[in-house]
Amino acid sequence: MKHKNNNNMASQNILKNTAQGLLHQNALYTVIAIFFGFVVGGIFLWAAGFSPFEAYAKLFSSVFSRPKYLIWSVIYATPLIFTGLSVAFSYKMGVFNIGAEGQFVVGSLAALCVAILVDAPPFVHVILCMLAAVAAGMVWSFLVAVLRVRFGINEVLSFIMFNWIAFYLSNYVVNTTAIHKVGGGEASKDIRESARILLPQSLLNILKNDKANYGIFLAIIAAVAIWFILTKTTLGYKVQAVGLNPHAAKYGGINSNKTMYIAMSLSGALAALGGAVQLMGNSMRISQFAGQEGFGFQGITVALIASSHPIGCIFAGLFYGAMKYGGSKLNLIDAPTEVVDIIMGTIVLFIAISHVFRYLITRRLKKKEDK
Amino acid sequence: MEKTSHIDSSVVAVQMTDIVKKFGNFVANDHINLTVYKGEVHAILGENGAGKSTLMNILYGLYKPTSGSISIFGSPVNIENPRHAIELGIGMVHQHFMLVEPFTVTENIILGMEPTKNMTVDIKKARRQVLELSERYGMHVDPDAKIEDISVGMQQRVEILKVLYRGANILILDEPTASLTPQEIEELINIIHNLTADGKTVILITHKLKEIKASADRCTIIRQGKYINTVDVEAVSENDLASMMVGRDVQFVVDKKPIEPGEVIIDIQNLRAKDYRGVEVLKGLNLKVRRGEIVGLAGVDGNGQTELVEILTGLRKGESGKVIIGGKDLFNADAHTLFDNGVSSIPADRQKHGLVLEYSIAYNMVLQNYERPPFSKRGILKKDAINKHAAELVEKFDVRGADGGTKEVGKLSGGNQQKVIIAREVTNDKDLLIAVNPTRGLDVGAIEFVHRYIVEQRNKNKAVLLVSFELDEIMSLSDRIEVIYSGNIVGSVPGDKADEKVLGLMMAGGTKNEAQE
Amino acid sequence: MDELIKNLGLVINATLIATPPLLYAALGSTFSERSGVINIGIEGMMTIGAFVGAAVAHFTGNAWLAFLCGGLVGALFGLIHAIACVSFGADQTISGTAINFLAPGVAIFVCKALFAQSSNTPPLDTVQKLPKLFNGVFEVGSFWNNVLNTYVATYLGFVAVAIVWFIFYKTKFGMRLRAVGEHPKACETQGINVFRIRYVAVIASGFFAGLGGAYVTLCTVSQFRPEVIVGQGFIAIAAVIFGKFTPHGAMGACLLFGLCNGLKVLLGSGNVISPNLISMIPYVVTIITLVLFVGKSRVPAASGKPYVKQK
Repeated sequence: MKHKNNNNMASQNILKNTAQGLLHQNALYTVIAIFFGFVVGGIFLWAAGFSPFEAYAKLFSSVFSRPKYLIWSVIYATPLIFTGLSVAFSYKMGVFNIGAEGQFVVGSLAALCVAILVDAPPFVHVILCMLAAVAAGMVWSFLVAVLRVRFGINEVLSFIMFNWIAFYLSNYVVNTTAIHKVGGGEASKDIRESARILLPQSLLNILKNDKANYGIFLAIIAAVAIWFILTKTTLGYKVQAVGLNPHAAKYGGINSNKTMYIAMSLSGALAALGGAVQLMGNSMRISQFAGQEGFGFQGITVALIASSHPIGCIFAGLFYGAMKYGGSKLNLIDAPTEVVDIIMGTIVLFIAISHVFRYLITRRLKKKEDK
Repeated sequence: MEKTSHIDSSVVAVQMTDIVKKFGNFVANDHINLTVYKGEVHAILGENGAGKSTLMNILYGLYKPTSGSISIFGSPVNIENPRHAIELGIGMVHQHFMLVEPFTVTENIILGMEPTKNMTVDIKKARRQVLELSERYGMHVDPDAKIEDISVGMQQRVEILKVLYRGANILILDEPTASLTPQEIEELINIIHNLTADGKTVILITHKLKEIKASADRCTIIRQGKYINTVDVEAVSENDLASMMVGRDVQFVVDKKPIEPGEVIIDIQNLRAKDYRGVEVLKGLNLKVRRGEIVGLAGVDGNGQTELVEILTGLRKGESGKVIIGGKDLFNADAHTLFDNGVSSIPADRQKHGLVLEYSIAYNMVLQNYERPPFSKRGILKKDAINKHAAELVEKFDVRGADGGTKEVGKLSGGNQQKVIIAREVTNDKDLLIAVNPTRGLDVGAIEFVHRYIVEQRNKNKAVLLVSFELDEIMSLSDRIEVIYSGNIVGSVPGDKADEKVLGLMMAGGTKNEAQE
Repeated sequence: MDELIKNLGLVINATLIATPPLLYAALGSTFSERSGVINIGIEGMMTIGAFVGAAVAHFTGNAWLAFLCGGLVGALFGLIHAIACVSFGADQTISGTAINFLAPGVAIFVCKALFAQSSNTPPLDTVQKLPKLFNGVFEVGSFWNNVLNTYVATYLGFVAVAIVWFIFYKTKFGMRLRAVGEHPKACETQGINVFRIRYVAVIASGFFAGLGGAYVTLCTVSQFRPEVIVGQGFIAIAAVIFGKFTPHGAMGACLLFGLCNGLKVLLGSGNVISPNLISMIPYVVTIITLVLFVGKSRVPAASGKPYVKQK
């Protein structure tokens, strides 16, 4: 009797466990948040006199209807994966890297200078540009770490200040004579061919996309590297211990200041690489901007959607990239592209309160079980 | 001091009947009854986690009972929230003081019931009322001082005044003596008697038997959420109370084999340090601990113990002095260096300092060792070795519900979390073990476990420094007791010759000679 | 000498025009911070306040109504922040970040929907803008005209500081608000409704931030553009920390940052220094002031911690 039922019970248990496992996974709540994001965005579209279905259909067809559109989405996603990783990694240490924006900007700026001012053979030139970007991003983030560790200044605040300093610095450098393109409006010269990371021309022809680049591969490598650091190395152990409980970390002999310096520099480097990749694979120049471009801020959303999981950042980045690219096509039907910001803002808000959904759903299931 | 009773058993002040409180599946209160008369001092006795505080939080409206009824002075009530309790004349002094640090004494007392005049808070009137109250019950406070600048004793008086200011007739005091000296405790008992003389009713939550004997008229005992008995305090002995509390006879004595202390392991000389506000809290402290002895550091909270321990474990920097361990001066060394040179510790706050709650047991077991072989190699963690190590320790130290060491530490019970720390620190096999309030918040079984391992370290010829605010713990474990007061060691007593009264006086700043006179 | 006085007048004038948005936003941030809720959404709340101010003024021509509406829309986003952080215990920084996406997104979305796909509102006429207090009293270009003939809303900003100070330190509500930011549990045990006070404080913070944003479009810029706020919300938060979380301290800090802007006007006039470099000054000054003074700033003890009610 007992034996007979065993199999059945076991399979039921497995089912139950998978269901429960799913409930504890952040992914489910992310999906709920994304759903609400589209609902709220739809309400705004509807109120403004657009059919949400038509707009969303336009958004999705702009992404999926042709391979070259999909590639565009990937190109849009690449820098966001980098800034997402940057935010996610520092979040593991308990630092909210709202400064990824500034690190992105100084990264692309440093790469720009090397790409225009230095003459080097193709592959070497790319490496030099990337190194310059990494160095700039590290310094930018390291300074904020120093302000926090040595002077006790809330890093959120100094990140934001550094974002604006980076923004004006970029506008300043773009207008200097060595960088500025004469007669080129308010933009820099184009970077040298040798500093570009586009795929070979033959492939570009086949893909019908002249901006397809190696960036996405770098982004994936970076994500895997960060995953490896977090789960397999003593640095990862330290970073997460400091993030989860700085007191216990200190008690255990972890030098949290040193860990903070290393991890924040690394985080800055990731965002800066995003800037370099965006420059060398897509924009090829930097313009003078009236407002911040937002790659870093969008990285926050990417990290949140990914629950700060490095591999998750790849997918969250692709999602955001597709939304951005598809959203930019909304003006073809006269719908404001800012609906993407509304959707993304709503997603972040719902992720921030996702524990409420978790509580509600678990309670409901429990009640059912009790009955 | 003489005990006078003001009990008026014709009037029932509080009647709680059949109270049940469930938190999820956990039953914190299981059909508890409580009758308290007007003018009575009624003690509620029980171990940590027995459900005393839950019961009182229900009476104060912080929790709603799952079932059961309450009446106050004969009328049935349904206490919705603290505000309602206050209206009914019930006031509560919490174990952890509920005071706003940067506010003054007066502001704290009136908060929530501020007298106003033309839209503004009438602080002058409030100050006058506070002074009146404090004189009436013989409780000295400085109405203009900020909470962060006054002593723990005065903070407690502020808490009691806060309750009286709201016109409370029934006062609940939750573990009121936890951080007071024996002398301050006596003062508190005086205040309690002043209150009952004025017709107030006092409910005292405690697990300290002596205080019950000294102050209470009757006592209700609760064990594991269940009502056990209500007794007249005069009619029972401390031992009777104790066995009712834990459900069996309690052995207060710990087995220790005689041992001759060996070489000095740690020699602290002339140590000076400031606290976070910049006030000097260690004023040239000297202390030695030898092999094979447990040195108990007795003292009231706030006399420099915290800072001393933090310096010895690398969490804080001192101003000057020497900390000689194994011939090397390790003053102001970091946690890593101290550990390498033979210091292990059971920290006071296990959840804050001892553990990373979100990490697995296995990860926590290597908190100091993850960078050493066999747990890692060239910066890469060796998960197999880490997990194997944890599985062994979990087995050896009987950590319950550990899933072989893979479970998150935060999901273990308090006692099992403490076992994880002890397993780690004892296995580190260092010459010196510093144990700070190692049994705080644990039940009797776990306390015995912790005490056994502390004594075992000593028997293995290690040096042990025991810092505890529980005088009983210090007295039962220590080979030598050093008393700390105001940042200095003010006296030293052999463990077997310790007298609570003498220690108490020294803890309050008296000298040994004074104490013995 | 005359030149010096004239320049001084110009600098004071520019300072007084640049300070109020920071001041309103900083008062808002003070409310929220002192009740224990971090609100970095101030920036977004200012942006939507700026848009609503400009749009309402454009359609109604009533600048004061527009100013009020700017505050109200800020309060609405304050309400969202309060629901997320106070009732649902959300991470306050993340919720604030969400608002910094949402509020500007909504502002530009609605702007495009209303104004033929343009992310700018049409420029406001002088009559649609907020009035100046001593218009025509002093000779145009004179020192006193530069110093005193400034927007009524500027004067109101300074009056608001006095009112907020009074609320904080003299009234029952203010005392409770400060206590809630330090030790919410102590307040609840004394029968104070922690949630209600935090709701009021966070909504008030949105209201003031919205007023600050509306000031920008209704006084200085005369038009809504997406980049009209450029980090002023964040500078206001810095001012609050620098000003030790008091309304009067925040006012001092805002005046300092306003002065940076005043100097910008003076330095920028000769075109000797790149305007981009001059634009960095407030941010650099913020960092420097924080380095010099933040150690002395005591953060409210319960800041950033969601309060969970007893069951």
